[in-house]
Amino acid sequence: MNLRIERLACSLGKRRILHDLSGLTARPGEITALIGPNGAGKSTLLKAIAGIESASGRILLGEERIDALPIDQRSRRLYYLPQDTSTQAALSVFEAVLLARRTQVAEPAATALSAVERALKSLELEPLAERELVTLSGGQRQRVAIAQAIVRRPALLMLDEPTSALDLHHQLQVLDYLQRLARREAMTVVLAIHDLNLAARFADHLWVIKEGRQVVSGKPGEVLTPARLREIYAIDAHVDWPPDAPPRITPLSALRPLGV
Amino acid sequence: MKATTISSRAKTPETTVHRYLARQRRQYWLIALTAMATLVSLMIDIATGPGAYPLLDVVETLAMPSEASRVLQVVVWEIRLPVATMAIVVGASLAVAGAEMQTLLNNPLADPFTLGISSAASFGAALAIVLGFGLLPVAGTLLLTANAFVLAMFASLMIWALSRLKGVSVQTMVLMGIAIMFFFNALLGMLQYVASAESLQQLVFWSLGSLNKASWGKVALAALALFATMPIFIRARWQLTALRLGDIQAKSMGINVGRLRLRMLLCCALLSATAVAFVGTIGFVGLVGPHIARLVVGEDQRVFLPMSALTGALILSLTSILSKTLIPGILLPIGILTALIGLPFFVSLILRSRREIWR
Repeated sequence: MNLRIERLACSLGKRRILHDLSGLTARPGEITALIGPNGAGKSTLLKAIAGIESASGRILLGEERIDALPIDQRSRRLYYLPQDTSTQAALSVFEAVLLARRTQVAEPAATALSAVERALKSLELEPLAERELVTLSGGQRQRVAIAQAIVRRPALLMLDEPTSALDLHHQLQVLDYLQRLARREAMTVVLAIHDLNLAARFADHLWVIKEGRQVVSGKPGEVLTPARLREIYAIDAHVDWPPDAPPRITPLSALRPLGV
Repeated sequence: MKATTISSRAKTPETTVHRYLARQRRQYWLIALTAMATLVSLMIDIATGPGAYPLLDVVETLAMPSEASRVLQVVVWEIRLPVATMAIVVGASLAVAGAEMQTLLNNPLADPFTLGISSAASFGAALAIVLGFGLLPVAGTLLLTANAFVLAMFASLMIWALSRLKGVSVQTMVLMGIAIMFFFNALLGMLQYVASAESLQQLVFWSLGSLNKASWGKVALAALALFATMPIFIRARWQLTALRLGDIQAKSMGINVGRLRLRMLLCCALLSATAVAFVGTIGFVGLVGPHIARLVVGEDQRVFLPMSALTGALILSLTSILSKTLIPGILLPIGILTALIGLPFFVSLILRSRREIWR
């Protein structure tokens, strides 16, 4: 389902974090990457869409205004995966994924168990199914968190830095998986990400925000230009556009180096 | 949903579902075993005391009271069974309250004792014993219980109200609880200072915890609180389990965390207030019970909750036996024993545990 945001504003305490973001859209079957410097408001934006942070403005998923829905109803349509998924809960991997499913739908136990089994299989978590969450590495925990997300089959899946704890192999594996999942399930996937090369490689569409304001949105080729990168990140960067391949961004220098 | 496999790997001979169901069966067996151990402990508790009776006689008297001697009927049904049952009910109540407080506040040190609820109840009892002052319009023996209940509820609500303050995290709520404990201990100290020798003795005895004043009426009220709150916890089992993944993930799963925390804290308050009001200060059961349960069956509330209740019940029942048998002829206050046994046991649990549940 199409996600559309109109005049979205959000404050944390007295501090305004998001300033009237408008015209941001994400389409089903595509990956939309949310990029921007630290403190731009990326996590807050995703949380505001999920209903975790209160915000004003309109959020439409398909034709439905989800901003007016209470959190339990909103969570049936979307899922937000936070950046920090560390936990000390004494739960097995299977129990944790089952929990994600059970908090969403009331269904026969056998149906829920099969759904969990499929989610674990698709993320190669079967060998870890009985392991306790506290014994997992950061990367394994991240994959469990993704399994918790997909077992709910949300129409809109939002992930906050989903590859931050992963090694290169798993970064590519997970993003490739999300891309294929989005295509096949016609799922709308929005992910906040810092790695511009990964964003360029896997995203169909980019949202760029800075200091809570929308800078630009568009296809990676339109957005990831040296001039834009200078504006967004205050860096000099070289951008290569090999034919039939995603762009390659090489950061060269920060425009405002720290003093020594 | 069709599986989108990243890449194929070696197939496991047994499906994950089978392995999960086998784990679940093990958990249910452990719960059943603990329930049986608790039942056996209850029998032994009834059999022990001044004038011990063979276990078989106790079982026969319980099963067929009309065929037992009058003395045995009175001793078992009217004197010892209410006390032994009170140990089970209070142990379960304190452990369930502790388990849920630890879950709600995401802190292993949370329980009715460490959060100051017991101290508040003690102060309520002191108001009745020392000043004869009642917070509710009741008289006689109920005055003390009513005061303890009101102040225990008040302390629980204070913890919740403080948690609503801006910038107060669930971690700092436990520190708030400790502050509440010190506050009520100071007030208690003031009353102890002005109390007569007789009142002081009564107050000290109450605050050390005792099951001996249990009657069927009190057992029924304590059991009512337990059976009234358990269905509420059971209904929220998935939500409570989700809370252990952190507030953000719980919210993402559609849980109204603030409302859940308030509802459940009120249930915990009712449970701990009722338990403390009837038996005085019995510490560490609410701390150790859930920790053992967590180590044995994990934190899926479907098994964690009953296991915590049973572990707490078993601990207090065993302690009740110990309080009568440790020094023959002398009944030790049960609160002293739970502290003496519970504290080192709790420390050794933390040190010996290879599973790093809490950092």
